Amino acid sequence: MKNYDAIIIGAGHNGLTNAAYLARADLNVLVVEKNDYIGGAAVTREIHDGWFYSSCSYVCSMMRQSIHRDLDLTRHGLILVPYLGTVNFGDNGETLSAYHAEGPYYNELRSHSPHDADAMFRLQADLNRYAQLIRKTLMRTPPDPTSLKPRDIKEMLFLAKEFGNLGEKEFYEYVRFFTMSAAEFLDDYFENDLIKATIAGAGIIGTALGVYSPGSAYILLHHVMGDVDGSIGAWGLARGGMGAISKAIAGALKEAGGEIRVNAGVQQILVKNGRAIGVVLENGEEINASIVVSNLDAKRTFTKVMDKKDLPEGIYEKAKNFKIRGSSGKVNIALSALPKFTGLPDNKYINRGGQGFCGSLETMERAYDCWKRGTWSDDPFIESVIPSAWDPTVAPPGKHWMSNFIQYCPSELADGPWTPEKRDQFGQTVVNKIERYSPGFKDLIVHMEVRTPYEIENEIGLTEGNIFQGELTIDQLLFNRPFPGYSQYRMPIKNMYMCGSSTHPGGGVSSCCGVNAAREILIDLKKPNTVPEDDCYDE
Amino acid sequence: MTTDRKFADERLKLSPFHDRQAALNLRDSWSVWNGYKFAEYYYDAEYEYFCVRNTCGTYDICPMQKYLIQGDNAEAMLNRMVTRDITKLQENRVTYVCWCTNEGRMIDDGTIFKLGPKKFMLTCGSPSLAWLKKASFGFDAVEIEDITDTLAALSFQGPTTFSVLKAMGLKGIEDLKPFQIGYFDFAESGLMISRTGFTGDLGYELWIQNKDALELWDKLYSIGEDYGIQPYGESATNMARLEAGFIMPYMEFNEALKTVHYQHDQTPFELNLGWLVDFNKPLFNGRKALLLDKKNGPKYTLTKLDIEGNKPAEGSYIYGDKKCSLEIGYVTSAMWSPAVKANIAMAMIETEHLQGEIWAEIYYEKELRQYDKVARCSIKEKPFWAPSRARMTPPENY
Repeated sequence: MKNYDAIIIGAGHNGLTNAAYLARADLNVLVVEKNDYIGGAAVTREIHDGWFYSSCSYVCSMMRQSIHRDLDLTRHGLILVPYLGTVNFGDNGETLSAYHAEGPYYNELRSHSPHDADAMFRLQADLNRYAQLIRKTLMRTPPDPTSLKPRDIKEMLFLAKEFGNLGEKEFYEYVRFFTMSAAEFLDDYFENDLIKATIAGAGIIGTALGVYSPGSAYILLHHVMGDVDGSIGAWGLARGGMGAISKAIAGALKEAGGEIRVNAGVQQILVKNGRAIGVVLENGEEINASIVVSNLDAKRTFTKVMDKKDLPEGIYEKAKNFKIRGSSGKVNIALSALPKFTGLPDNKYINRGGQGFCGSLETMERAYDCWKRGTWSDDPFIESVIPSAWDPTVAPPGKHWMSNFIQYCPSELADGPWTPEKRDQFGQTVVNKIERYSPGFKDLIVHMEVRTPYEIENEIGLTEGNIFQGELTIDQLLFNRPFPGYSQYRMPIKNMYMCGSSTHPGGGVSSCCGVNAAREILIDLKKPNTVPEDDCYDE
Repeated sequence: MTTDRKFADERLKLSPFHDRQAALNLRDSWSVWNGYKFAEYYYDAEYEYFCVRNTCGTYDICPMQKYLIQGDNAEAMLNRMVTRDITKLQENRVTYVCWCTNEGRMIDDGTIFKLGPKKFMLTCGSPSLAWLKKASFGFDAVEIEDITDTLAALSFQGPTTFSVLKAMGLKGIEDLKPFQIGYFDFAESGLMISRTGFTGDLGYELWIQNKDALELWDKLYSIGEDYGIQPYGESATNMARLEAGFIMPYMEFNEALKTVHYQHDQTPFELNLGWLVDFNKPLFNGRKALLLDKKNGPKYTLTKLDIEGNKPAEGSYIYGDKKCSLEIGYVTSAMWSPAVKANIAMAMIETEHLQGEIWAEIYYEKELRQYDKVARCSIKEKPFWAPSRARMTPPENY
């Protein structure tokens, strides 16, 4: 039987990326995937005839340009198209349109608050400055601050230098930023609630925090630090849906000689004498490999596919207590026509981008309260995009599909487990809210796919349906991700690594975790590095 | 077109599509091409570029020069003028050509449409009537007519263009091959379509009499609505053509007839257009000089570069070493390619130095401060963007 140099568990985008770089170093690699399709949460699926949903993740800005370029993902079919013009809807019928050009956007902000229109320039400069720093850490392995190894010291010095470049005042600001709430952070800039709510949305997406919870300011930064072609904060759509990203990476992997097996869920990681030696599949088949790389989240890796007796003390407990709370839902809707929203001018550049149903900071916080009590709000925060208005490949001509991301949706309900009926009620809540802003919306619905944390966990394998593979709070970031002492992609068992979003720099379709892990593995194997440098250092 | 506005005498000419285009030019961003008012961009250059790569867009080529060349000697006259052998060109086909001075310096490039056995259309970027007249001396029975102002034209480019034309009910459009010309029943005067373009992607050029121009526009835009149609201007065109590896006057080459300084113009070999020069033809303008250029090797060679990092090498000098002590050329066009995700450029590099290292000294600005870096370049033989969908017949239907 074939003995692989490396087995990667999970064909999500990070697993595929990791495998591609190992294969490029001439390793014999195999990616095993439990589903009959690849991509994990970066996937496109024809759930309804002629409609191709990006079932989970739906927009992209964190995918590192340097990886895209190095793996030649365009040749493998990937095109990222920036989308423009998001409208946010306030509780009182107000709308806030994010016009693409600075002039019209400034005028729009002024119509809400002249004060805030001016303040927006300061916010954007500040966010850019913070983003530039954090971006430089994305494709680097976090240094262990307690280590005296030359490489850790060198990396600590790099961070110190970058921090030093911020200036004294900014150093304080940056530390505050990591611990503040999104709402408090925005209070320093703005007076208008809709403007604050609009920006605060990025502070709660995917996370079990409210706009007033400490730590949500960092989540906001995490969502604006990406870029499309150097335009920081911009978002793009993958032509053909998010699955096009995974497909392209898989193409690069196969070109480098790597293999992928679907319908091959892992039952257990095999450990012998404290070393990982392979995996057992759910069908009982054993596959041996010199190293095993888990692209599953930290909790699933150590509590589901590993045996506690194989783990050094403390790891199982750390994994069990790893913060990976389910807080989001996703409703994908096939539409017979483009929906029309009340109160918007007849402007196609604005009407077909994204929609943010944020309401107000108060509404968003009330939705969080519901989550805490184990239910969902009647008035949730919804972030929507209509990819078919941009991408001609995802719906029949003239028809559309709308991606709706809902914050919040609990993974465990107070009144007992999720049932198909409760799932549909949740979906109905979302449709009802959109109908309020778009009368007649319900009549356009051709098909609907409702995904609560229950479906996301069971289909994709993300514990509790947490989209980041673990909360992005300071206690679980940088050298603390996933656990203190294990931030360098090597796990407590020899020859075992992690490459998913549970590792630094966390969630998002960025490929960073995958490449960082590949670089560490190649160092251990004394192989030449195949991972490119990031291209953000001269920003 | 006339206008009763003040200073009408000094204003630019308006294309037959102007009314529709002006309504969509939200940024009032206008430029000028051959005396016509002409959009730099309408909404956002990058957005329009992405329409060409992702959906479809229209580019007003009314200001492009169009000449009808007819008569018994039309073919002979053109064959004498251009470097390519157009006796091989079949009816209802289009070919890309260039023409030179007797010294072998390039005057312009363009396309020749063979509309009938004795009927050709020549299109090019700059007015060329004077040269055409000169080139026709000695050829009897050649009529040259400038039809620029009467034949409206739209370049229609991008992956969904075929679907739009098909949905418009143009019968047989699915059979039209690259560089082929077809005629379709449309409006009163009919529609000529060539499967040509300047973007390297699937695309067509639509030719129609001025009076029916708006009817064509309205039809395209009503059907195209569901296929992401958008007008695009000069900026997006320039991005797309650079990815496709096409040259632009006053970027890659200086038209020979307008060049003051000896050798500030180029030969086709320098522009990497040697494949357009057919020495099997016994006589054509510049043949002797070009033979010599080919034999000696051109001083410069236009080269496609992939440059490390993401700072476009606009206006950069090219060096043969990282220390920048050996200057070997200059960048003619450069950009970050959003589709390919690469830092691309075309550069004129001294042919003798093509084999060695190539470095670009790149200047860039951040918040009023100037920075520079030296970036390694690698030569690309193929165009940066050449998707297979551009060549498929029938094309993909959306």
